[in-house]
Amino acid sequence: MSENLIEVSGLTKKYGDFVAVNGIDFHVRKSESFGFLGPNGAGKSTTMRIIAATSQRTSGKVSVLGKDPEVEGPQIRAHLGVVPQQDNLDMQLTVTENLYVYGRYFGLPGKFIRSKIDELLEFAQLEEKRNVKVDALSGGMKRRLTIARALVSEPDILILDEPTTGLDPQARHILWDRLFRLKEDGITLLITTHYMDEAEQLCDRLMVMDKGSIMAEGTPLELIKKYSSKEVLEVRFGSNRNALLAPVMETLCERVEVLPDRILLYTDDAEEVLENIISTGHHPNTSLARRSSLEDVFLRLTGRSLID
Amino acid sequence: MSLINSDRKVPKFGAKYVLEARIRGMLKFVWIIIAVTILNPLLYLVSIGVGVGSLISHNLGPHGIDGVSYLTFIAPALLAASAIQSAQDEVVFPTFQGFKWSRIFYGMNATPQTGSSIATGVFLAAILRTVLGVTVYSILLYLFGAMSSPHSYMAIPIAIFSGAAFGAVMLAAASYTENEDKFFTIVGRFLVGPMFLFSGTFYPISTLPLVVQIFGWVSPLWHATELGRYATYGHKISTTMIIVHVTYLLAMLVFGLFFAFRQYSKRLTN
Repeated sequence: MSENLIEVSGLTKKYGDFVAVNGIDFHVRKSESFGFLGPNGAGKSTTMRIIAATSQRTSGKVSVLGKDPEVEGPQIRAHLGVVPQQDNLDMQLTVTENLYVYGRYFGLPGKFIRSKIDELLEFAQLEEKRNVKVDALSGGMKRRLTIARALVSEPDILILDEPTTGLDPQARHILWDRLFRLKEDGITLLITTHYMDEAEQLCDRLMVMDKGSIMAEGTPLELIKKYSSKEVLEVRFGSNRNALLAPVMETLCERVEVLPDRILLYTDDAEEVLENIISTGHHPNTSLARRSSLEDVFLRLTGRSLID
Repeated sequence: MSLINSDRKVPKFGAKYVLEARIRGMLKFVWIIIAVTILNPLLYLVSIGVGVGSLISHNLGPHGIDGVSYLTFIAPALLAASAIQSAQDEVVFPTFQGFKWSRIFYGMNATPQTGSSIATGVFLAAILRTVLGVTVYSILLYLFGAMSSPHSYMAIPIAIFSGAAFGAVMLAAASYTENEDKFFTIVGRFLVGPMFLFSGTFYPISTLPLVVQIFGWVSPLWHATELGRYATYGHKISTTMIIVHVTYLLAMLVFGLFFAFRQYSKRLTN
C-alpha cells in the first residue's frame, strides 16, 4: 500500500442541480493531521462523508486505505473513527454504555471493550461521569465522549467534522489539548473547521475550500507566506470614513482589504505603516498590529471572511 | 495503530450487535414493559372476556359463537392484536429515535453497520419483545381457561407471525416518515383503531355490512384471527382462504422488510 491513506481525484458531488463538491483532488498521508478550512456550505462535510463511506459520490475517484468506499464501505468504516458535526450519542444510555455499545457495533469482543473503557474515560476526562446518563452531560462533555467513542475501535483514521463548533472557549481548549495528544500518538486526523485558529493549531497541512472547490493547499505557514504578508495592521476610522480613506491607505502598503468596520493593511512592518498613516495627518480611532493568519489567507482567496 | 495493513474483520451478522443495543435500550423501560405486558391482557380478559363473555353465554349458551365459548373465540384474536401492537411499538419508536430524536442510526452507520443491518437489528428486537408479550398473554389466557382446546398453542406462532408482518410494514413506514406527529395521528386513529374494531376480533366479521368488511380484509389482524381460529378450534375456512391469509401476511413481511432495508440505507447515505 502507498504512503497515502486517502487519495481523491476529480471528486464531484451533486444534489440535483446544486454542486456541493466540484472536482477536487487531494491526498492524505499516514500520521498526518489534515484540515479542511472553509465557511459553512463549502463542501467540507460532504467530502468527509464520502471519505467516511456514508455518502455516494456523483463522479471521480476515491480511495481510502486502498479501497473504494462505494464498494467496500463497511470494510473501510471498520478502520475509521468518526466524530460527526451533530452529536448522535444514545441519550437513554450512560456514558460507559455508550462506549460499550459502540464498540460492539464494530463486532469487538466485550472483554476488549471493557478493558478499553477506563483509558477512554480518562482521555475524555469523564471518569466521574461514567454512570451518568448522556442526557445530563454538558455540550463539551458530550463532544469529548463522542471523540472517545470514535476511538473505541482504535481507528487508523479519525475524522472530525467541526469538532468544537458550539463550544465555549474553555471547552474548546480542553478539546484541542485532547486532539493534540492523538496527533502526537501518530493517528491520522481529518478535521473540518471554519475556525482558522483551530486549523492553525491542529493541522499539519490544510485545504482551503469555498463553494465546492479547493482554493489553496499547504501547511498553515506556507499558505500565510504565499497569500499574505508577514504582518497586518488593522485600523478603524469609523464605518463611514473607512471606504473614503482606502485610496490613501493603498499608497502606504502592499495590499489593502476594506471591510465594513475596518481596513486591513498588509505589510512586513505594521508599526512603520501606522507611523506613516499618522504622518499623513489621518488618525485612526483604533489600530491593531498583528501577525498574518489563515483568516487573511481566506479573505485574500475569496474576498470574504470565514464566518459571515 | 498498527492494524492498517491487516484487514479488519467486518462483523458477519452485524444486526446481532444492533439487537444487543436495542435490548439494552428496552431494559431501561423494563418496568413499563412488564406492566403493559401483564396489565393490558388482564384488563381485556376481565372486562371483555369474562364480562361480555358471560353476557353472551347467558344469551346464546356456552358455545354461543362459532360453536365455542366466547373466550375461546376471542383468544386467537387478542393474541394477534397484542402481537401487532407490541411489534409496532418496538419498530416505530426506535426508528424515529434513530433517525431523528437522537440520530443514533447515523452513529451506527459510521461503523461497519449498514442500513440493512440496523433495520434488521431493530426488527429482531421488536420480534423478541413480541414473543415475550405473546408468551405472557398465552399464560394468562390459559389461566382464564381460554386455551382449553387441544390445539390452542397454535395461536402463539400465528400471532407472532402477524406481529412480524405488521412490524415489517411499520418499520418501512416509519423509515419513510419525516413528520412523526402526522404519522402517529394517521396510524393511531385511522389504522390501528379501526383495524382492532373491524377485524372480527370481538364478533364474526360476517355480521358487519359488506362495505365495512373491506376494512377487515386489508387488516393483518383479520387474516391472523381467521388463521388462529382455524388452528385452535377448527373454525371453518376453505383451503383457498388459508392460502390467502398466509400469503397476505407473508407478503406484508417480505415487502415491509424490503422497503425498510431500502429506505434505511437510502436515508443513511444520501
